[in-house]
Amino acid sequence: MWRTSVATVMLFALMSLTQAQDARKSGFDFMRPATQALQMDDTQNPGMLWVKDGQMTWAQKDGAANKSCTDCHGDINRMRGVAARYPQYSLVAKRVINLGQQINQCRTTQQQAKVWPTEHPTFLGLEAAITMESRGQPVTPPSQPLLADAQKRGETLFNQRIGQVDLSCRDCHDSLAGKRLGGNTIPQAHPTGYPIYRLEWQSVGSLQRRLRGCMTAVRAEPYPYGSTELVDLEAYLAMRAAGMRLESPGVRP
Amino acid sequence: MASVIVRPVSALTQSDVLTPLVKAYAAGGVVREGRVKFDIAPLVDNGNSVPIEVTVESPMTQAQHVVGIAIFNEKNPQNQVAEFTLSPLAGRARVAARIRLALSQQLVAVAKMNDGSCWMQTVEVLVTIASCIEE
Amino acid sequence: MTRALVTVPKTAKRGEIIEIRAVVQHPMETGYRRSSEGDLLPRDLIRKFSCRFVESGNANDTGAMVFAATLHAAIAANPYLSFNLRAASSGTLVFNWEGDNGFSHREQVAMTVA
Repeated sequence: MWRTSVATVMLFALMSLTQAQDARKSGFDFMRPATQALQMDDTQNPGMLWVKDGQMTWAQKDGAANKSCTDCHGDINRMRGVAARYPQYSLVAKRVINLGQQINQCRTTQQQAKVWPTEHPTFLGLEAAITMESRGQPVTPPSQPLLADAQKRGETLFNQRIGQVDLSCRDCHDSLAGKRLGGNTIPQAHPTGYPIYRLEWQSVGSLQRRLRGCMTAVRAEPYPYGSTELVDLEAYLAMRAAGMRLESPGVRP
Repeated sequence: MASVIVRPVSALTQSDVLTPLVKAYAAGGVVREGRVKFDIAPLVDNGNSVPIEVTVESPMTQAQHVVGIAIFNEKNPQNQVAEFTLSPLAGRARVAARIRLALSQQLVAVAKMNDGSCWMQTVEVLVTIASCIEE
Repeated sequence: MTRALVTVPKTAKRGEIIEIRAVVQHPMETGYRRSSEGDLLPRDLIRKFSCRFVESGNANDTGAMVFAATLHAAIAANPYLSFNLRAASSGTLVFNWEGDNGFSHREQVAMTVA
């Protein structure tokens, strides 16, 4: 009994120590309770409408091969932990790709179907449904030398000042995180909830859409969807958020 | 803690915009303050999706029930938010929704009883301006 | 394709007051916003919502009105509504949304009352 309580005390001490050392916070922690409630309740979270669409798409046969995701992968719940490992280096693509690009790769190589266009609702729904299977799982970028290169390039981009406003990602999301910009708190930019339902968009959108939005906001020319630069940034952000828990589908202001 | 800052109508003067809307909804019935509880956060950081809940004191029996609830706002481009029709089948006079608020303003919830009488609560909400707006 | 999420308990005790929640996918375009090109985006709203209760064994009946709503532009995109029902007997809850441009969506959920 005594031993148990000592162990418990030590465990709590260790947990609070890790928490004290980890100053990282999800964007969720910076939201007001009304918006947090929307994410936490699956019966209210509008992101679940896209997830429902994605779950149906998972089982639908498509393309010249007339195959569904189920035909290769089985039930969608077998995707647990998968989204937490993207972006990653793909032997097929011979480059680092994000989860959306992986889905499109499956479409062309396995289903022999056309790729989903950028930000297509069904595409986002499928990505959200797959990511939801990793809810609560830690972000776990694999250890791959070519992924490490992408992470390094992404870090350089993160620290590089851009646009007429002359701000880097770091200027806002490291140095000024927690401070206010208009009515919002500047978050630390950990991509733990993507694809997210953003109140501003009134729909679900990808991390690349969000990154491009930031770039436009500082009056820089945003990198095109699917560009190496955006995937590199995603790879760096995933490394920066390694160990944090996925919470898809996230809701953000 | 939300109730700390939301000021009920007794502490507020209802906006001249809201009063005629309430009167029109009441269609000649007497309108009084009370019986209606209008729950809304006093400070809104995103006007695109504001949770609201309206509950009305009523036994919800065939003999005595709420037939409708209307919500009006003061400063959106349109003053109507929603009109709800309730029936005794509900068992409880309650509705929750998510609404849009363009600016800081007053809102009123009016409940109409089956005898034609109306009850209301007016609240005032602060809406902060969002940053980094796209589209 | 339109998606909706309807949350109703599968079973309820007779006399119990249950909570019903409904979310439907819809932009609720106000008619006041402009596109990035400056054009006014046409109004596209859900105007009416209803929930009716059809008692088991009365499949041809249109049922009794539980709750209805008239919605305006101030309702958030992907409208969420929650209301109550006193469980009296087993049956089906029929949900209907109707709006501009011929929008119409229907869902139904069975509920067992013991």
